Amino acid sequence: MRHFVDRHPIWSVVLFVIAAVLVWMIFAIWPDWMTDLIGRKKVFLNALFNGITLGGLYFLVASGFTLIFGLMHNVNLAHGSLYLLGGYVGYFTADVTGYWLLAFPAAFVVVAAFGVLLQIFVFRRMEGEDLRQTLVTIGISIVMADLMLWAWGGDFYNISPPEWLSGPMQTFFVTSVKRSGDLVYMKYPFVRIVIFAASVVVGVGMWLLLNRTRIGMLIRAGVDDRDMLSATGARIQLVFVAVFALGAGLAGVAGVVGGTFQSVAPGEDVRFLLASLVVVIVGGMGSIPGAALGALIIGLAEQFGSVYFPTYAVVLTFLIMVVVLAFRPQGLMGRN
Amino acid sequence: MAAVEDISAQETVEPRGWIEGVPAAYWLVGFILLVMPTFASNFVLFQIFGWTFILGIIALSLMFLGGYGGMVSLAQMTVAGCAGYMLAIFGPSAITGISMNWPWYVAIPIALALAVLLGTMIGWLAVRTDGIYTIMITLAIAAAFFYFARQNYVIFNGFSGFNGVLPPQLFGVDWRGPKAFYYLTLFWATLCYFAVLYISRSPFGLALQGVRDNQRRMSALGFNATAHRVAAYAFAALLAAIGGILLTWQSAQISPGTAGIGPAIDILVIAVIGGLRHPIGPFIGAFIYVILKTFALDALVAVGLSGERFQLLIGLGFLIIVFWSPDGILGLLARWRENQGKDPLTDRGGDAP
Repeated sequence: MRHFVDRHPIWSVVLFVIAAVLVWMIFAIWPDWMTDLIGRKKVFLNALFNGITLGGLYFLVASGFTLIFGLMHNVNLAHGSLYLLGGYVGYFTADVTGYWLLAFPAAFVVVAAFGVLLQIFVFRRMEGEDLRQTLVTIGISIVMADLMLWAWGGDFYNISPPEWLSGPMQTFFVTSVKRSGDLVYMKYPFVRIVIFAASVVVGVGMWLLLNRTRIGMLIRAGVDDRDMLSATGARIQLVFVAVFALGAGLAGVAGVVGGTFQSVAPGEDVRFLLASLVVVIVGGMGSIPGAALGALIIGLAEQFGSVYFPTYAVVLTFLIMVVVLAFRPQGLMGRN
Repeated sequence: MAAVEDISAQETVEPRGWIEGVPAAYWLVGFILLVMPTFASNFVLFQIFGWTFILGIIALSLMFLGGYGGMVSLAQMTVAGCAGYMLAIFGPSAITGISMNWPWYVAIPIALALAVLLGTMIGWLAVRTDGIYTIMITLAIAAAFFYFARQNYVIFNGFSGFNGVLPPQLFGVDWRGPKAFYYLTLFWATLCYFAVLYISRSPFGLALQGVRDNQRRMSALGFNATAHRVAAYAFAALLAAIGGILLTWQSAQISPGTAGIGPAIDILVIAVIGGLRHPIGPFIGAFIYVILKTFALDALVAVGLSGERFQLLIGLGFLIIVFWSPDGILGLLARWRENQGKDPLTDRGGDAP
C-alpha cells in the first residue's frame, strides 16, 4: 500500500477522491440537486448492491478459470459448460431432496469429479500443447452444451432458496427522508447478501489455501515454474488434478449460485464463459486478487450500465476490456 | 518447419516449367469445378458449393492467420459480418430508412475498406498478447460486436438486421442465380486461394512464418514482428470481408446472428477440421461442414435420433479430429501417405524423408 502511494502519488489522490465520493454517495442523504442529476438514491444503491453481488458470482466462476489457467496454461473454454452442469445438478439436488444447502456440495463434487476426468483423460494426454488443449475444450463445450440441451431441454430452471433466506432484509443505508422526518432504510434480498458473504469467504479461503498451506506453496511454485517444481520431486500431476478439481468444483458451485440469482438455461454457459474471460482479461490472467478486482469492476459496470444507459450495457463491459488491453495488456493485477 | 521443407521441395521441381509441375489430379479437380453447372442441380450449386466456397474463404482467412502467423483469431466471422453490414448500410437493402442505396462500385469498396480497418484494429489489439490469449481476446471482441449490432437500432437495425441485400445486376446477369452465383463464388475462392498461396511464399509470408516460429530471432534480425502480425491481420481481414459480402448476397440478409459466437466458433471448427497447414484445408473443412449441416438432419432421423442433434455430431467430429490429428484432414492424409509403401517391420521406405 505504502509502496503504491510512493510510486503513484497522483493516482493515489484520484483513487482516494473517488473512494471518498463513493462513501459520501452511499451514506449521505442526497440533496435535491443530486437526485435531479442522476436519479433517486434507491436506484443507485440497488445498482451498487446488485453490481457487488453479481461481482461475487463472477468471482466464483472466474477464480476457478484463472486458477486453472495460471497453473496449467490451459484456457478452459469448457468452463461455462461446467458452470451450467453445476446449475443443473444443483437444481435437481435441491428439487429431489428439498434442501437448498445440499445443492452446493452436490454440484461441487459432481463437477469436480468431471473436471478430474477431463484432466486425466484429456489434458494429460496433450500437455504443453496449449493451442490444442484450447481447441479440445471448445469441442467439449459444443458437445456438452448439446448433451445438456438433450437431457434437460430448453426450459428455464430456477433454484428457489429456502424459506428462511427469502424475503428482503432491512439494511442501515438511508435512501431518503420522509416528509415527517422519518428515515427510509433500504431493503435488500437477504439471499443475495448471504451468497455474497459466502463468495467472500470462498475468496479468503482460497487466498489462505494458496498462501498459507503446503499445497498452496506447491501451486504457487507450479505457477512460477512447473518444470523446476517437478524436477524437485513434487508430484505435479497430483497438483494439476487437485487444482483442476477445485477450479471445476468452484464453477459448479457458481452454477448453483447463478441458478438462485437468475436461472439455469441453455446459453448461460456461453454468457458466463464470456463473463469470466472478460473478468480475467481485465484483472490479469492467473491472478486470484485480479479475478476479484475484475469481477467487481465488471459486475458494477454491468449493473450501473443497465440502470443508467440500458441500450449499451452489454457493450460497456467489453469496452472496459478493450481499454484495459490497450493500456495494460497483462491486466490490472497481472504480472509481466 | 514443414512449410520451409515444402518450398525447398518445390524448387527442385521448378526447372520442368509450371504447367507440367502441377499434378494431373489438380487439373482434374479444376476441370470438374469448371464444368460442374452442366450436370449438378441448382440446389447443389447454390446451397452446397456456393456456401462451401464462402465459408472456405472466411476460414481461409483464419487459416492464413493461424497457419502462417500462429495467431488463432475467432474474430474473422466478425470482420465478415462487418463487411456484410457495411454493404447493407451503404448499398441497397429492403430497410430503406437506413440503407444509403449507393451503387455497388462505391458501396463494395467502402465495405471492404471499413472491414479491413476493423480487422486491423482487432489485430492491433490482439497482437499485444500471444498464443492462447489471442483466442480469448478475439472471442470477447466477437461477442462485443454481436451484442453491439443487436442493441444498436440506428445503424445496425438491431435484432432483425437487414434483408433484401442483393447483388447488382451487372452485365445483365442475375448474380444470385444458381449458375452465376456458383461461378462468382468459385472465382473469388480461387483468387483468394492463390493469393494466400502466393503471399505465403513471398518475402512477407516467409517473414511471417519466421515470426511464428521464433519471434525473438526475427526481431534480432531486424524484422518488425508486430508490424508483420498486424499486416497479416489486415490481409486476413480482406479475405474475410470478401467472404462476408458473398455470404450476405447468398442469404440476401445480414443479422447479428450471422456474426454471433456460434458462427465464429464454426469457422474455427471448419479451419481446424480441414487443417491449418495448407490453404486447401479450409475448403475441405467447409465442404465437410456444409455436407453435414445439410444432410445431418436426414441422416440422424434415419438412425432414429432427432435431427436437432446436429451440433453434437459437429462437436464430436471436431473433438475426434483435434484429439487424434491436430492437423485436421490434411494431417491425416499426410500421415496415411507417409505410411504408404512402408515396410512395417523395418519402418523404412515410403514417401517419408
